[in-house]
Amino acid sequence: MPTKVENWKDEVYGNEIRDHLMEFAEDGWDAIPEDEQDAWFERFKWWGLYHQRSGQESYFMMRIGTPNGVIEPGQLEVIAEVADEYARGPAENPEFGEAYCDWTTRQSIQLHWIKIEDIPEIFELLESVGLSTQQACGDSWRNIVGCPVAGKDTHEHIDAWPVAQELNETFKGDDDYANLPRKWKVSVTGCDEGCGQGDINDLAYEPAEKEIDGETKLGFNIRVGGGLSRKEPRLARDLDVWVPPEQAADIGHGMSALFREYGDRDDRFNARIKFLVDEWGTEKMRDVLQAEFVDFELHTAGEDMRDSYTYNAGGNEHGDHVGVHEQPDGNYYVGLDVLVGRMAVEDVYELAELADEYGSGEVRLTQRQNIIVTDVDSDRLDAFLDESLLDDYSPDPHPFMRGSIACTGTEFCSLSIVETKNRQVRYARWLKDNVELPDGVEDFHIHLSGCTASCAQPQIADISLRGMKTRKDGEPVEAFDIGLGGGLGENPQFADWVEMRVAADEVPGYIENLLSAFKAERDGDETFREFVAARDEEALQALADPEETSYEDPYMHNTKMTWYPYVDDDDMQSSPAPTNANDEPLPSDD
Amino acid sequence: MTTDVHQLDDGAWISVNDSREVNVSDLWLLAKSDFCGCETTDFLAEGFVDTGVDHPNIEARIAGRCIACGTEGVTDWLTVGRVIDPESGEFYGVVHESIHIPADQRRVGDPEQ
Repeated sequence: MPTKVENWKDEVYGNEIRDHLMEFAEDGWDAIPEDEQDAWFERFKWWGLYHQRSGQESYFMMRIGTPNGVIEPGQLEVIAEVADEYARGPAENPEFGEAYCDWTTRQSIQLHWIKIEDIPEIFELLESVGLSTQQACGDSWRNIVGCPVAGKDTHEHIDAWPVAQELNETFKGDDDYANLPRKWKVSVTGCDEGCGQGDINDLAYEPAEKEIDGETKLGFNIRVGGGLSRKEPRLARDLDVWVPPEQAADIGHGMSALFREYGDRDDRFNARIKFLVDEWGTEKMRDVLQAEFVDFELHTAGEDMRDSYTYNAGGNEHGDHVGVHEQPDGNYYVGLDVLVGRMAVEDVYELAELADEYGSGEVRLTQRQNIIVTDVDSDRLDAFLDESLLDDYSPDPHPFMRGSIACTGTEFCSLSIVETKNRQVRYARWLKDNVELPDGVEDFHIHLSGCTASCAQPQIADISLRGMKTRKDGEPVEAFDIGLGGGLGENPQFADWVEMRVAADEVPGYIENLLSAFKAERDGDETFREFVAARDEEALQALADPEETSYEDPYMHNTKMTWYPYVDDDDMQSSPAPTNANDEPLPSDD
Repeated sequence: MTTDVHQLDDGAWISVNDSREVNVSDLWLLAKSDFCGCETTDFLAEGFVDTGVDHPNIEARIAGRCIACGTEGVTDWLTVGRVIDPESGEFYGVVHESIHIPADQRRVGDPEQ
């Protein structure tokens, strides 16, 4: 039997939601009938709006999808304007201030505290420079990810940017693909470093060579069914299909139509295509694709480039786009480290100015929550690197700062179990000040996710932190399960969950002890990932214990039970929400 | 009026009569449960898997973990609250910190995903 969500989608979904959204915006929050809120909140996701958690009623997170993370000249300033004007809530974040932008692990932008009444003005501003929230959330083609420097990369074999653009233009707003059984995440990469993270997407285009009629051609191998959520991580599986770039959209049509027709609409927990791949296997999936969803003969897979994948591969090459890199045209791109992906709005304004002044005005978002300024003229590179903004967003950051990723967490998210971003900021600073990395270790990834949805991609980090609870002196406190040794590369590996339910204030001590053991027991210049892979679970557990240190954690209490974790009076009953368009509390029904 | 119960947002919420009422991330104390070997299971709710109605009880099976022993799994049916008067549809949540006894029985309601 179709789920409740499917029934709502049958009634109203896709493009038509916008008209309703505009009506509610005109009439105000109160115009959404209480008994229809669930249905409308589900539908609003399709237009990039996600209702915030309990205690923050009437406020929305808004996601703007930027294909391949490309923010074109003129767009960043508008993003800053929207954040400045419309993403200020009733309370301030102690680390990031009153207004900020989040760069996400899928190369999108998230703003919080958005009021439905402001949507028409926000959409007008965004659309005036070609930005959109369409399909940023919901059951359809999501923001397309890829190598963030596509078209500007010396490692590139195919410029994947036009392909990502074509897929975006084809599948954004197409009613035939507007209502899929679940989200549909796509990665397109043309470089040989593996930085598109295709392995963790529903559909992945990866560069490959194929001999066609005696001629070697460049195109894409197709993988399907990757994803990390719900303690059911899967790597995308090889479909044994190669397509030339001009057929990339045809495969996109075919695969997403197959998902639309055969995906499970009776059980949302079983709906992602990774489960259909589990059930069918790739051979059947290829056969069904060929027989029912494409009208040309599929080629078998070509010669891939996975043996050269260095991105998050556990080795000593960064591959994360932070730093100064020459483009094929002689200009430079400069990757800046944005700790946990959050940037105060005044810094976003300043970066927009600097990108204009020193580059083409374009910036790009990475899947490690960082931002890249492209097209910096070689003559002006040094002057750009001297800008004071780069003291805070460094192109040469400390490994603990560089390697930190965190999801939204209990600050705003209904799913999360623990506070995330501010905590990871504190972890990274403490580790930087107190823990020495072994010689030669310049990359060390710590991904902190608030729950099993895995938005911070914890399973592909050196150290994976996943939100949990434990008791300390009898009291419930926020905690983490800790995994080790995950990463991508030619042979991707999900982290082994080694230490469970570690109180949040003992995590830095655990990492310190773990790295001390790594330093002492490491075999030569063995990487951390190799070190972990060489040990069984028992040996890994014996390496280190959690420990209290000088690190202090202000978020040990149940932050989910507060209306906002950082205010003095954080009691749920003290929440001003729901509020009207001017952030004034609305009268209670009680 | 029929009481309408379903889970939302990837199992983050139980919605009762189209109102978000019970959220994940709370600790529930479970007694007489075969979820794990602990005398009282100190259960962290990570996601609502099934929902149902056994008037007046609103029930759910919850995915999560005993934070004392680490056992992971899905609970039997737990009462998470009550709708005493189906006409008004008003929901009264249980106190999750109190002791709860899961019941392994089918619900008459229509579980929604």
